[in-house]
Amino acid sequence: MEPHPTAPPAAQNPTEDFLIHARGLVKRFGDFTAVDGIDVDVRRGEAFGFLGPNGAGKSSTMRMIGCVSPPTSGVLEILGLDPRRDGPRIRARLGVCPQLDNLDIELTARENLTTYARFFGIGRREARRRADELLEFVQLAERADSKVEPLSGGMKRRLTIARAMVNQPEVVLLDEPTTGLDPQARHLVWERLFRLKQQGVTLVLTTHYMDEAEQLCDRLVVMDGGRIVAEGSPRELIERYSTREVVELRFNADDQRAYAEKLDGIGERLEVLPDRVLLYVDDGDEATAEVHRRSLSPASVLARRSSLEDVFLHLTGRTLVD
Amino acid sequence: MVTLVLPRLISFEGMSRRAASVTERNLSTLRSAYWVVLVSGFLEPVLYLFSIGVGVGALIGDIRLPSGEVVGYAEFVAPAMLAAAAMTGALSETTFNFFGKMKFVRLYEGILATPVRPIEIALGELAWAMVRGLIYSVAFVVIMVLLDLTTAARALAMLPATLLIGIAFGALGMAVSTIIRSWQDFDLIAAGQFALFLFSGTFVPPTGYPAVLRWLVEVTPLYRSVDLVRALSTGTTGWLQALDVAYLLALAALGLTVAGRRMERQLCK
Repeated sequence: MEPHPTAPPAAQNPTEDFLIHARGLVKRFGDFTAVDGIDVDVRRGEAFGFLGPNGAGKSSTMRMIGCVSPPTSGVLEILGLDPRRDGPRIRARLGVCPQLDNLDIELTARENLTTYARFFGIGRREARRRADELLEFVQLAERADSKVEPLSGGMKRRLTIARAMVNQPEVVLLDEPTTGLDPQARHLVWERLFRLKQQGVTLVLTTHYMDEAEQLCDRLVVMDGGRIVAEGSPRELIERYSTREVVELRFNADDQRAYAEKLDGIGERLEVLPDRVLLYVDDGDEATAEVHRRSLSPASVLARRSSLEDVFLHLTGRTLVD
Repeated sequence: MVTLVLPRLISFEGMSRRAASVTERNLSTLRSAYWVVLVSGFLEPVLYLFSIGVGVGALIGDIRLPSGEVVGYAEFVAPAMLAAAAMTGALSETTFNFFGKMKFVRLYEGILATPVRPIEIALGELAWAMVRGLIYSVAFVVIMVLLDLTTAARALAMLPATLLIGIAFGALGMAVSTIIRSWQDFDLIAAGQFALFLFSGTFVPPTGYPAVLRWLVEVTPLYRSVDLVRALSTGTTGWLQALDVAYLLALAALGLTVAGRRMERQLCK
């Protein structure tokens, strides 16, 4: 696919550098506050992620950015325009891949793309050309004339991504792009998204998969309860909110808590889970040696590098949200 | 001046183009299965015309119209069947199908992520219902002309009237669809529709009803539709038909406004 023909005019206002610019953005549904005053800036060409547990306000934020949900209060500018006034003009330059596939089940894969192109006012021939090109891009050319229903979950998601690309958008919004897909399908989606990013498309995605965020995002925010609780690159967040390594210990005992005291002082932080104890340390081997020096004999020891998941659970807690 | 007016014109032009793209989407779903729906929708008024208009009509004889003119029973019933078919065609597209697209297959959520706006979806769906309604109407007036129940010129005049009826009922149907919550509510709609079909001066002139009932019948949209089409079909148009047209236009405007607003509120939360 070629780069975007509609390069925006040079900075007309100070926020033009940011494709998405939000200050104190709030979304309320009755008494419930889904998004509670967030500040976000997304630059052209970057892959930006919203991380958070279910109910953190990610999808509400995405819907506001997608100009299908009016903000309750706060500043929101997309592509330098105001979503309240310029919704159709902004949406013409966005691609949206929603959390739940809403493909047109009465149409074939190709018709889904050509019909969608027509909603953007793209001519029939051009629509057909782009549809074929995009089907190729998401590796669905062989299923072009298949209806949507018989396609697998991964194929439907790829078709939805292709549909989001049909207007050659400057920003693509992806709400949990790989939720519910098997590992092969996930990797194929990641690979395609990575190629889009290389082509200069700005990606904004939500996820609660940490590996997805680490793979795709240049920068991300962690949301919890409608607020942003942390912001940075995946590496920065790990450095700031976790240690370099984590040692997971399992003891043959009903209550792992009994060992907490005996492990006291090893590493920066210690966390007791029902089935294991986590030690947050700089050097996993050194910590493991210290555990053995204290004549503790855990049933299993796993020393690993700290991940975004550790950051995430540290920031948003381990309690089940829903 | 130009810079003030032009953008508005363009956005208005974009509006009809975007609405048309919604209609076009429906056209591309037209496949074998859908023709069955179309044929059954056409058959219904034809069956009524033959069984009741022609069959029962043989026992009834002639009917005197409010204008004083006397017509055969089949001539009396046929325009009513045409008006009812225009209503049914519009309603089946804008209630059952529209509700399903909006609430179950989430079709409109996908469309609203594009520049298309809720009111444009409503207009596009309405235009589609008109296409479908017009197919029924054309087929039906051909039969009327063939059976010598009206003249070809009058038949042509009836087609725009059936379009207006379709727009009014289509807009009403969409408005109702944004209000109802479940499929069960469609039974209520169907019951209401059938009551309208039976008592809107379709088979019996309401002049025979008690005053209150007659008044009630005469304010229903199908009665106004039947009155309009029947006057055109029998060549007895007068001032009352201007009232019919105004009534249907008002219903269309009201229905579209309600449907557009409620769609916006429900889909763009």
